[in-house]
Amino acid sequence: MAKPVGFLTDVTLCIGCKACEVACKEWNGLPNNPLEFRDSYDNTGQLDHANWRHVRFLETTTSNPDKPIAWSMMSDVCKHCANASCLEVCPTNAIIRTEFDTVFIQQDVCNGCRDCIAACPYAVIGFNQATGTAQKCTFCYDRLQNNLMPACATACPTQSIKFGDLDTMRQTAAQRVQTLQGQGVSNARVYGDTEYGGLHALFILTEKPEAYALPGAESAVLPGRNDAPGYLTAAITAVLAGLAGLIAFRRRGDTSSRTIPSPSEGGSGSSSPSPYGGASGRGL
Amino acid sequence: MPGEHFVVPPHWEWYILGYFFLAGISGGSYVLGTMLRLWGDARDAIAARVAFLISFPTLLICPILLTLDLGQPLRFWHFLIDDSAGGLAFKVWSPMSLGAWALLIFGIFSFVMFLAALAEGGTVRALETAASFIAGAVGRVFVVVGAVLGLFVAAYTGVLLAVSNQPVWSDTWALGGLFLASGLSGAVATILLFSRRGAVVTDGKLMEADRYFIILELLLIALFLITLGGVVSKVLGGGWIILWLVVLIGTLVPLIAEWRPTMRRQPPPVVVPVLVLVGVLALRAVIIFSAQA
Repeated sequence: MAKPVGFLTDVTLCIGCKACEVACKEWNGLPNNPLEFRDSYDNTGQLDHANWRHVRFLETTTSNPDKPIAWSMMSDVCKHCANASCLEVCPTNAIIRTEFDTVFIQQDVCNGCRDCIAACPYAVIGFNQATGTAQKCTFCYDRLQNNLMPACATACPTQSIKFGDLDTMRQTAAQRVQTLQGQGVSNARVYGDTEYGGLHALFILTEKPEAYALPGAESAVLPGRNDAPGYLTAAITAVLAGLAGLIAFRRRGDTSSRTIPSPSEGGSGSSSPSPYGGASGRGL
Repeated sequence: MPGEHFVVPPHWEWYILGYFFLAGISGGSYVLGTMLRLWGDARDAIAARVAFLISFPTLLICPILLTLDLGQPLRFWHFLIDDSAGGLAFKVWSPMSLGAWALLIFGIFSFVMFLAALAEGGTVRALETAASFIAGAVGRVFVVVGAVLGLFVAAYTGVLLAVSNQPVWSDTWALGGLFLASGLSGAVATILLFSRRGAVVTDGKLMEADRYFIILELLLIALFLITLGGVVSKVLGGGWIILWLVVLIGTLVPLIAEWRPTMRRQPPPVVVPVLVLVGVLALRAVIIFSAQA
């Protein structure tokens, strides 16, 4: 078993150059994005089947007239959660955990049911219409197998994206936060230490996680939380429906008032008229 | 407590709506057929037969719709066979995995009961073995086991939606019960619709059962909306309210009509079951589509 690997993405070092996006697309042969103008330097928009790295531009207005906009850039990526929602729900076992402890979608097994897309709390997975499968960051599984760093971390010119074994990344993150807080960045925090059992893509943030479209620790819950209560409610409903059936269908001492005699029996209908107009003759 | 997630929709749309609708009718019909067989009298036999004749053909359409919705339809069998590790693909905690197996196994039960119903009606005399099997003690157990599976097929689609991180769906635990109650109501309507061309119908009993199912459905709708908390506006806002009105018409009008059959102004015969079925469809549509809008 290889050592678990991890990314550490530091928003305080990201300059928004998108070298990570380009390197990812080049290595993995992902298609170009259609030309689209947005009201932002973020012209990638979101993670999906064709964008496995997305430099998110967090633009906030300030009271400083010389710098009316403050930018924070974060290179977003699949979190390769220790407790992965996508892996939990995948009905075909197309989504597996690799020897590097990362989460990988086997393209030859995925049948495109899209249950993983409904489950992913980070909007990471996209559906590729061309292949009919769900796709996301592979953590450059092929490169890892050949002792190479993932393409994005290799290309990052500012070391905003670091790569290494997970324990080292956690230590580096803790040290970096300490340094930043020492420098007066009091909001500096690590994201991914505890969420979903610990992420394999850690982030150093300077705002609340929600500002970067990351669910906070209390919201980082697995789809399976609704398994037991969902089935329990269905089971209670089934029992109540069974009781309803027993009351309605049970053999009664006098069933004549409950059934409609057929014309052959000489009856003209139920003693209580039916909104369905009664029925007669043979069925299906 | 609803979790704040940043999800994208899976784009489960018309095929899935059709599947959820038919799964409710099929499972519900089988369950009603079983209850009529177990607890009804001889005059209920025809309605029970009709129920089983409805269950299998509607179930047959379900895997077709599911397969058409897949990105790789030819890999539908990956739901059952693990193509990478070998063996069976079976995950108890994944409702989609459980549902695929339930559809397959329930299909066997539904098919046998379909054959038995054909034989009992004298349509195909060669199938009398199936009819005599069902009449025995083992046959009774068989019918009941099938009913448990029918309940699951009608209900699990709601749990499938809840076991996600989508807004609305994952914010409630009421969907499994809600889909089951509305599926049973829809099944009563379907049996009444088809029986109208025919059988001596114990429609008083069916209507009584339907009243209870509708009340259960209305309670579960209330529970569903309450459990949504802050995201309730997502299902009630905008144009979705029109679908909710259809749901209300499809529950309240039949409820009143069935409760007061002596009412002077009864709607025309076919109208009530059709209203129920449209309501069942609208309920699933509003839940499926509003969460993904």
